[in-house]
Amino acid sequence: MADSDGRQVDSINNATDEDVKLQEIVLAKNEGKELTKEEKQRLRKEKKQHKKSKKDDKGPPEKEKVKEKASVPVPSKPATQSPAHKAAPVPVNASASESPAAAEKPAKSKAELRAERRARQDSDRASKQGKKEVGQQSASSKPKATPNELQPVVKRLPEHVQVDDPAALKKLAKKLERQQVPLRSDYGYKVSLFSHLHQYSRKNPPTQQISIPATVIHPSIVRLGLQYSQGIIAGSNARSVALLHAFKQVIQDYSTPPNEELSRDLVNKLSPYISFLSQCRPLSASMGNAIKYIKKEISNIPSQCKEEEAKGELQACIDSYINEKIILASEAISKYAIEKISNGDVILVYGCSSLVNHILCKAFEKQRKFRVIVVDSRPRLEGRETLRRLVKKGIRCTYVLISALSYILPEVSKVFLGAHALLANGYVMSRVGTSQIALVAKAYNVPVLVCCETYKFCERVQTDSFVSNELDDPDDLIVTRNGKTHLENWQTVKSLGLLNLVYDVTPPDFVDLVITDLGMIPCTSVPVVLRVKNVDQ
Amino acid sequence: MMFCCESCCSFVLQVFGMELQAVLMAAGGGSRMMDLTYNTPKPLLPVGNRPLIWYPLNLLERVGFEEVIVITTKEVQKALSTDQRLKTDVKMRLDVVCIQEETDMGTADALRHIQQKIKTDILVVSCDLITDVALHEVVDLFRAHNATLSMLMSKVHEFTDTVPGQKGKKKAGEQRDFVGVDVTGKRLLFMANEADLEEGLVFRKSIMRKHPRMLIKTGLLDAHLYCLKRSVVDFLVHNKSVTSIRGELVPYLVRKQFSKFLNTKNATEDTEKNQKQQDAHHNLELLSTSKEEALLQLARERSCWNDHRGDMSEAYHGGKLRCYVHIMEEGMCYRVNTLAAYIEANRVVPKLFEDPPIHPTAVVTERSLVGSDSIIGPYCQISDKTSIKRSNVGTSSTIKEKVKITNSIIMNGVTIEEGCNIQGSVICNNAVIGRGADMKYCLVGSGQCIEPEAERTNEVIVGSDQLMEI
Repeated sequence: MADSDGRQVDSINNATDEDVKLQEIVLAKNEGKELTKEEKQRLRKEKKQHKKSKKDDKGPPEKEKVKEKASVPVPSKPATQSPAHKAAPVPVNASASESPAAAEKPAKSKAELRAERRARQDSDRASKQGKKEVGQQSASSKPKATPNELQPVVKRLPEHVQVDDPAALKKLAKKLERQQVPLRSDYGYKVSLFSHLHQYSRKNPPTQQISIPATVIHPSIVRLGLQYSQGIIAGSNARSVALLHAFKQVIQDYSTPPNEELSRDLVNKLSPYISFLSQCRPLSASMGNAIKYIKKEISNIPSQCKEEEAKGELQACIDSYINEKIILASEAISKYAIEKISNGDVILVYGCSSLVNHILCKAFEKQRKFRVIVVDSRPRLEGRETLRRLVKKGIRCTYVLISALSYILPEVSKVFLGAHALLANGYVMSRVGTSQIALVAKAYNVPVLVCCETYKFCERVQTDSFVSNELDDPDDLIVTRNGKTHLENWQTVKSLGLLNLVYDVTPPDFVDLVITDLGMIPCTSVPVVLRVKNVDQ
Repeated sequence: MMFCCESCCSFVLQVFGMELQAVLMAAGGGSRMMDLTYNTPKPLLPVGNRPLIWYPLNLLERVGFEEVIVITTKEVQKALSTDQRLKTDVKMRLDVVCIQEETDMGTADALRHIQQKIKTDILVVSCDLITDVALHEVVDLFRAHNATLSMLMSKVHEFTDTVPGQKGKKKAGEQRDFVGVDVTGKRLLFMANEADLEEGLVFRKSIMRKHPRMLIKTGLLDAHLYCLKRSVVDFLVHNKSVTSIRGELVPYLVRKQFSKFLNTKNATEDTEKNQKQQDAHHNLELLSTSKEEALLQLARERSCWNDHRGDMSEAYHGGKLRCYVHIMEEGMCYRVNTLAAYIEANRVVPKLFEDPPIHPTAVVTERSLVGSDSIIGPYCQISDKTSIKRSNVGTSSTIKEKVKITNSIIMNGVTIEEGCNIQGSVICNNAVIGRGADMKYCLVGSGQCIEPEAERTNEVIVGSDQLMEI
């Protein structure tokens, strides 16, 4: 060891940057092993840092250097090179600290060493900060592990977009087993572009493996999950309201076990229910926000509060949330939207949005003269429900399928669209087909107005419809006409995949205005609203 | 795989009320097979060497029920606590309610009798049901649509085996059931029995207006498995005239789905007309709508789902009372209430289990031939040169040498002497068949003795006391 030390010190004192590296490589080769991955990475990083070394600040004192020395060899593989590793930086640093003021050549090498040190310190500081951030952040945003130079970059993706990753699936299976929630298996061949998403069949309901008087999962949650998976409760607002109603019943039936606090235990009790619901149907953005709100309210219950009082308070919170965010919000949005509807308008709507229906009915009550064109698409054919509600009210309606869109658009004066969620970069996530409507409307210069309550704003960012979506039951695409079902045995054809997408994202360039309960804002103002909301909370 | 954690179950049940309570109706007399049941109560008849009541109990246990309310007679109650199979195999808690045999209690009367115990929605099962249905299909309809009634039906199987004692062809005059379902095949729109109809089927216009496409099915067997809402039990308490679930309550509920009173929002005005009648109907509506909360209503309004299309009504046509049926296309579903059904069930049931066909405690000598589709119960003694094919032999029966048994059902404690030939017959408990007897398609009643060298074909041999009852 001493020999190599001496050799190292000599070489560093005399050689240039390249020589140092060469020496290290030679040293490693002399030892008889190849460079470890960490060493290679370190070399690469050193080169980069050398370029940036003039901009970096001076490194902190000796202590940190020592700490780094300790931390640096730890992540590397416990090969016999690590002693050589440790030996190399130790004399390097020692020599650097011993002789601060040096000549040109040593200075260069010292600068290079300093760059190394700084690189290590930066990475250490960053990882420490990352850990602190993780601790501080609430459940609202996903913790992002900052890239550690000597560790691979860790990005936490939600489970439901990692279906093709067996490790993620295993983790999910373990988590569900721990919570005693049955795992729903995927069905059918998935189109390769969407193989990272779940695809369930309605013929295998999630209740197959649940005991009949549901004991592990509250009966109202089981009922809700069934209603989600069968599509009986569909639509962002309806799902959120039904979810909150079910939570009210859960809270009603809840009793704190001894030696537990309601604020902590109730949140733990809700986790398996939420897992079950996401197995039935992936959670929507509005549901996610509602759940966040409930969890926050529950954890804010003071510990000295009596159980009955706490439960009453929570029920009141839920009621006020629904009242403010859904009912009153739709009233406010209607008021703003009615300003935009003038007599003689031809309004185009797509699918079935509860909010847009509400707006149109309110506008009709206010004696506005307009007619509506309802655009519909398979397989859901939700436009029929819109048509029914509007015609029942007395509004003149036309019904077309989306394939007739470009023929009907010259007649249209405005397009009103509903949204499932508004993403942080201004993209609108809505029923599949919405982006097409917005695109063609833009081409015809027809204004597109999106109506969305603020509780549907979500901090996710997405620029395409592939990365995160929902795959519905592929058997819905099968249709029987004249007694013949051509796609009956689609599973036997190996190269055939049926794709039933549910959502798509519309870029903000196609959307002219977003009408929210806070007012009428452009699509790009969504992050501002989110920021304001976070500050409020 | 059941996700029911044993250790924390009792604790969890305290946390929230149970979703469903199971009620097993085991007080029926078996009036359509008196030859078998005059000495043995129907729930204790052996089918596949297990008492009949074991099958519904097993079904409930498999699905995850923890306790069952059993309504039965004293004799069956005694057997439930003493019988090996029932005591050890059934792990649920059985809450046995005894009723006197003499009182002619209908199933609805029985529900009224136990109404104090009923705290939530109930699942009523009959003791003579043998099925492998996935029960979640029935209960899911009940849960998802918030239904008042959800029941199970199955395609009727034609019984092909010759039934002992039946002279001539089976009378085709079995009263048919007419069941009307909507296009999806799940919503129950119409139910009537041929016996109640005078000339033809009568449909209300309101049904035709709401469901223009209705499928009428006749070849269906009612499994007598019902999921009922709690409010129905309360309704029964108020209306003491309803005695039978299947005979009166179910057709009433199916009719009431389309009743004017329940669908108008101003039901209160109607009650002034005919106080007594309206009160009864009104009760049912009140009891079922009081639970509907404003939030559920809001959720339904905002939801873009409808169960039908083509007219201007909202989902379920705004009706509060809904009845659903799950019709089993494949799988096994038997109601053991006739002799033919009993024989058929005995034939099919051994395939359900993975039990060894020959019970380990049975003594079967090497020279005997027991077919692979026969089952031998515990403590039996099968002697040499005996051939048993496609038959069930019950507990503690003794079969002597050179006996040939084909296609038969031998119950418990039977002694069959040497040289007998038994074909297609049913030998009840504790009977003795004398030496060399030749029985073809006979039914030998409980405790009867057949003299040696007897030759009987297609006869029902029962005791004189039984004859007296008829």
